[in-house]
Amino acid sequence: MSDQVVSGAPQGTPSVGMDPNIRELVANGDDNLVLAQRLGEWISHAPDLELDIALGNIALDHLGVARSLYTHAGGLEGRGRTEDDFAMRRTERDFVNLLLVEQPNGDFAHTIVRQVFFDVYQRELWKGLASSEDETLAGIASRATRENAYHLEFSSSWLTRLGDGTEESHLRTQSAVDDLWRFTAELSSEEWTRGIDVMLAEATLEKPDDVYQRTGGRDGYHTEHLGHLLAEMQWMDRSYPEMTW
Amino acid sequence: MVTVLTDIRSAVASVVDPEIPVLTIEDLGILRAVETGATGGTTVIITPTYSGCPAMRQIEDDIASVLRAEGVDDFEVIVSHNPAWSTDWITEQGHRKLAEFGIAPPTPFAEVLCPRCQSGEPRMVSRFGSTACKALMVCASCGEPFDYFKQF
Repeated sequence: MSDQVVSGAPQGTPSVGMDPNIRELVANGDDNLVLAQRLGEWISHAPDLELDIALGNIALDHLGVARSLYTHAGGLEGRGRTEDDFAMRRTERDFVNLLLVEQPNGDFAHTIVRQVFFDVYQRELWKGLASSEDETLAGIASRATRENAYHLEFSSSWLTRLGDGTEESHLRTQSAVDDLWRFTAELSSEEWTRGIDVMLAEATLEKPDDVYQRTGGRDGYHTEHLGHLLAEMQWMDRSYPEMTW
Repeated sequence: MVTVLTDIRSAVASVVDPEIPVLTIEDLGILRAVETGATGGTTVIITPTYSGCPAMRQIEDDIASVLRAEGVDDFEVIVSHNPAWSTDWITEQGHRKLAEFGIAPPTPFAEVLCPRCQSGEPRMVSRFGSTACKALMVCASCGEPFDYFKQF
C-alpha cells in the first residue's frame, strides 16, 4: 500500500507519525479490545455455565484494560480522541493488535490455547511495564499483572486438563496448538518460550516444528478475520453516531 | 451556598458500590481524595478496582449526583491509576460489613471462613463468580454456598 493511500484513511493511521509511546499504548489497547470481543462471543455458548462466566469475566478484564489504555493514549496525544474514537472509529488498517488475538474462537481447545499463548505474553509484558516511567501506565500494568495471574491459572489449568485428558481432547488441543503456532512469532521472547515449553510438556502436548510464521499485526496488516470482527463490533456506533443511552 | 468541605467529603464517602451496596467507596478504599481548590472547584480522586469492573462508571455518576445534591456544581471526578488498587485497601469496617452481608472478605485462600458457620473448610466451586471480584464457594461443614471476595 502506498503512503498516499494510507494517509487518506480516516483518523490517520498509527503507522504514520504517531509518537512511539502512544503507539505502544494503542497497540496494547488493541490486543485487549480485540481479544475481549472474541471472548465475549462465547457468552451463552460456552461448554458450561462456569466457563461461560469465567470467559465473560476475563473478557471484561481485557476490555477494562483497553479502555484505560485508550483513554490514557488520547490524553497524551492531546487531540481530544476518546476511548470510543479508538475502539469504534478506526478501520481495520489502523488496528495494530497481534494477529493471534483476532483468530476465531474455534472450539474450546482453540480458545484455551490462544489464551495461554496470550496470557504468558502479557505476564512478561505487564511485569516490564509495571516499572514504566509513565506512572499511569505503570499503575495500569501493576493492576493487570494481578488479573493476569487469574487468567493464566484458568487457561493453563485447562490446557493441562484438555491436553492430558481424553484421546479426543488431546487431539483437538494438539490441533489448536499446531494451528495457532504460526501466529506466535509476533509475541515470543525467551521468557515466553520457556514458559510455554513447560506448559506444553505438563499438558503432554508437542511443540510444533518450525513453521512459516505470519506477522504484520503491529503494522496494521491483518488476517481476514479482523475486518469481520470490527464490522460486528462497530456497526452500532457507525449506524447511530454519537448515540447514548 | 457555602458548604463546609467535611460535609462534601462525607457525602461523597457515602456513595455505595452498586454491586455490593453494603460497602461505601470509602470502605472499599477507592476514594482517594476530596479537595477544594483555590478557585472553589471540587476535585474527587478515585482509583478503579478491577480493570473490568462495570461499577466504576456508575460510581462516577453517583459521585456527580451527590455533589450536585450538595450544591456543588463546579467539580471534577479524576480516575487515578497509580498506585494500583488492591484488596488491602478495603478497611476493617469494610471487612466486617462484607462478612455480615454473607461475603467472605479478602484473605489468603487458606484462611477463608464460611460467613455463616465460621468453619474453615470451604470448597471452591468456581473461581469466577457473580462479579469479577468474587469466587463462588460452598461450605463443607454447613453446606452454605457463598461468595468470596478474591484477594488481589
